[in-house]
Amino acid sequence: MNRTKLGAALMLSVAMAPAMGAAETLKIGILTTTSGPPAVLGEHARDGALLAAEQLGMVGGMETEILVVDAEGKPDVAAQKARELVERDEVDFVIGPIFSNVMGAIAGPVTESAFLLSPNAGPSVFAGEGCDPNLFVVAYQNDQMPTVIAKHMNDEGIGDAFILAPNYQAGKDSLNGFKSVFEGTVTSELYVQLGQLDYQAELAQIAAMQPSAVYAFLPGGMGVNFVKQYDQAGLKSIPLMTAFTVDETTLPAEQDAALGMLSGTNWSPSLEVPESQAFVEAFEAKYDYVPALYAAGGYDAMMLIDSAVKKVGRLDDMDALRAALEEADFPSVRGKFSFSPNHFPIQNFYLAEAVQREDGKYATQIVETVWEDYADTYVDQCKM
Amino acid sequence: MSTSATRTLAPRLSAALAIFVVMAAVPPLALAVDDPFLMVIASRMLVFAIAALSLDLILGYGAMVSFGHAAYLGIGAYAVALGARWGVTDLLAQILLGMGMSAAFATVTGAISLRTRGVYFIMITLAFAQMAYFFFVAQSSLGGDDGVALQARSTLLGLPLEGDQTLYYTILGALVAIYAGLYRLTLSRFGRVLKGTRENALRMQAIGYRPFRYQLVAYVIAACLCSVAGVLLANLTEYVSPAYMSWHRSGELIVMLVFGGIGTLTGAVAGALVAVGLEELLAVFSEHWRLGFGLILVLVVLFSPDGLTGLMQRLGLRAPGLRNDGEGRGDD
Amino acid sequence: MFNLFLLQLLNGAQFGILLFLVAAGLTLVFGIMDFINLAHGVLYMVGAYLMATFAGMTGSYWFGLLLALPATLVFGLVLEFLVFRRLYDRSHLDQVLATFGLILMLSEGVKILWGSAPLNVDMPALLSGSVPLAGPLQYPVYRIAVIAAGLASAVGLWALINHTRAGMLLRAGASNRPMVAALGVDISRLFMLVFAGGAMLAGFAGAIVAPILSVDPGMGESILILTFVVIVIGGVGSIRGAFLAAILVGVVDTVGRTFGPIWLRMVMDPAAASQTGRMVAPMLVYLLMAAVLFWSPTGLFGRKGAK
Repeated sequence: MNRTKLGAALMLSVAMAPAMGAAETLKIGILTTTSGPPAVLGEHARDGALLAAEQLGMVGGMETEILVVDAEGKPDVAAQKARELVERDEVDFVIGPIFSNVMGAIAGPVTESAFLLSPNAGPSVFAGEGCDPNLFVVAYQNDQMPTVIAKHMNDEGIGDAFILAPNYQAGKDSLNGFKSVFEGTVTSELYVQLGQLDYQAELAQIAAMQPSAVYAFLPGGMGVNFVKQYDQAGLKSIPLMTAFTVDETTLPAEQDAALGMLSGTNWSPSLEVPESQAFVEAFEAKYDYVPALYAAGGYDAMMLIDSAVKKVGRLDDMDALRAALEEADFPSVRGKFSFSPNHFPIQNFYLAEAVQREDGKYATQIVETVWEDYADTYVDQCKM
Repeated sequence: MSTSATRTLAPRLSAALAIFVVMAAVPPLALAVDDPFLMVIASRMLVFAIAALSLDLILGYGAMVSFGHAAYLGIGAYAVALGARWGVTDLLAQILLGMGMSAAFATVTGAISLRTRGVYFIMITLAFAQMAYFFFVAQSSLGGDDGVALQARSTLLGLPLEGDQTLYYTILGALVAIYAGLYRLTLSRFGRVLKGTRENALRMQAIGYRPFRYQLVAYVIAACLCSVAGVLLANLTEYVSPAYMSWHRSGELIVMLVFGGIGTLTGAVAGALVAVGLEELLAVFSEHWRLGFGLILVLVVLFSPDGLTGLMQRLGLRAPGLRNDGEGRGDD
Repeated sequence: MFNLFLLQLLNGAQFGILLFLVAAGLTLVFGIMDFINLAHGVLYMVGAYLMATFAGMTGSYWFGLLLALPATLVFGLVLEFLVFRRLYDRSHLDQVLATFGLILMLSEGVKILWGSAPLNVDMPALLSGSVPLAGPLQYPVYRIAVIAAGLASAVGLWALINHTRAGMLLRAGASNRPMVAALGVDISRLFMLVFAGGAMLAGFAGAIVAPILSVDPGMGESILILTFVVIVIGGVGSIRGAFLAAILVGVVDTVGRTFGPIWLRMVMDPAAASQTGRMVAPMLVYLLMAAVLFWSPTGLFGRKGAK
């Protein structure tokens, strides 16, 4: 029973009013990868969700119990932990995961009897034919981010681009998403190896081709390596625009190398929405690092739960809860936010620039709005 | 060498029997304490016990340290996904499919790998497993590295494997059957030749055996048995992904086996049960559970040379019989 | 096109030298002490983290390097004293299990101490910037420094092992431990020194790649397997083999992934070529290793019949 709910439970018991009689207890599981090398994204999402719970005190106006579970980045372990949350702990909501392959493993078990709210992963299969009444993706659909860059390049009249991504499913999706919107010519489409360390070969090709712009999707450590080496190769005269490559999880290591680089995003700490600014301030005060979009996703997921449970007032009516979730009547840190019929968000997408803030920390800053009220393209394939 | 089979084997067998009896009692116990989920955790332990057991045949008895054994776990899992796609939902048919694919892959790669020894064998098996891994990562029709969710579990003789209890006993049945099969195999002439080769390949050659054949057959058998674990793992998680065959997983299988004690079969089962259970247990206390798990591994090696089997012996829980039935600790 | 090919050869060699820096310590410890140290990658990571810490504290790359090297050395010695020296006489499997445990512990320890977000190490002003090659192609000065450091380490190690008394004892100790001990040489001290040297080499590699690679808790793991590939292709214990194998791995990987698709397009239609290329590219290094071991089961320069 008592897994790492310690932190959350202890914290909440301080903030919580005495339990009201025999009221129901709202149980929420947070299932992200928080151990091993790729832990940083999961920590952002977890910390964002926990911050929201702490601020709310009683999520949905009910006594709240939060169970924080580590997905370990392994699909089979995650599948088991998801079942554990749903079947043993009987949670009402699960917030998670970060990685697409974990999503595939946990979506089935969770949605059988609880709601799954994803703070990050949104693969196309779950937006189209595989959509599920109990699955809500609070973040974005995976294909949307690259289209932000493609649209921006179109707007700027950039006629040719060099694009690259790691050689795995999300990488292929990212480049296909880019190509579906980009109107210029793709001069070269490169797949690098997953976890590649050295990009000198790719950089030489870019230098030789001298494209008008480069689009890269290189999450995590790959992005850090690429961005640093791009800068060191003296290529910054060719604009490098990215998705998931320059954000608050990688900027602490990229620092000056990334300054001025543009990326597509659905949120940035600089977003001028009152809820967002309050969130960023509280988050940095509590955790002492700058939140990235994963943290915003986790925070919004918790806020969404709060709004739906408050509206319905009980936990045993899943249909009513689903209807309340669909309304998305919560103060999102992204400002305007609503759901498509496939439970993926309709929201704005922005172009953001990497900057150094006045306090010396590095963060992304929104430059312009690229898409307004942008829905994904798979919604027509979803039948539910 | 285990000269007096009767004296050394009885305790080892009884230890294994005790484990199986305890594991058989898990479902009713879980229901009695109203925590049916224990069954799911225990199922996972059993699946990895099968995988570790199959590795013990080549690593413990044959001194072939394969760092690519998880490839067969993955191939077994993909047999379920492919079977389901082709309309083959019967568990036994899927097991046959997984064994067929594994046998084919193991025969070719094993024949090449067995040209090498020691650390070179470790790394060449890793190389082949990585190739299999990247092959499945590249299969977009099977979801690439995102993997593929199964629509339903397999059926067994026309009946669906529904409910955790049914699946649990199916897995336990497979484990017991494989244990029994391997137990007999290791006592047979085949097993003795294999062990002899481990101790001294030249001597075996001199008395007229061709070690290569025996080693290759053992390698293929181990691969086939591991693919059974893969078929069951896919059914347990209802999900298949290349992550099942990553090199981390191969490493974990070696760790489970060495942790339990090699070359005893029982040690493999115990090692897998304890390692998976420990992981589950430690994760309860802290997100930094890897720290504790790593510490335990280091301490076991430093203070108990034969893994858990050796530890139990030292604590006097078991007669000396539980020790390896070969003195060599399977150093490559 | 031909110029680009030459450049990619150079890039491959350069990546190889980077790999050699990490592999050198491993092959030394493995070859001389017959000790499989999976935790070598973690020492490399610790070197990079210490570098990041000290460079951040002092504000200088050079002071950072000056402090990080002895710190890694001390760290290696502590590990040797607490754990490794108890493992030298144990089976390879015990060594694998214990050092695997150490990987888990140290990676998690690094995460607790430094957090899981990647860290930055600034490049020294002296070595930043690029030198122009042909046309628009440039080459970073720091890379040239890395190549120089790698070559210097290779030459230094070769000289140390083949032309000094300590090196002679090492070679003797590796082939016949009891005999050397009987001659009055303190073998355990010798091994401690080898191990410390290996640890410092790993730390040195981590420290000097820190400005070009991501310093994160996964960096040790991602390089470990490649390092083992290198020393196995080269033949365990052979510095010369490790050097050649590292270059070979770097070149095959780099040229394969950049020119492989182009060559494939000559023999098949573009869609199939791109599909095949993407599947085969990540396998190249492993295909290379399997092929080398097929023709030469103890690597390029491995001792025949050695472990």
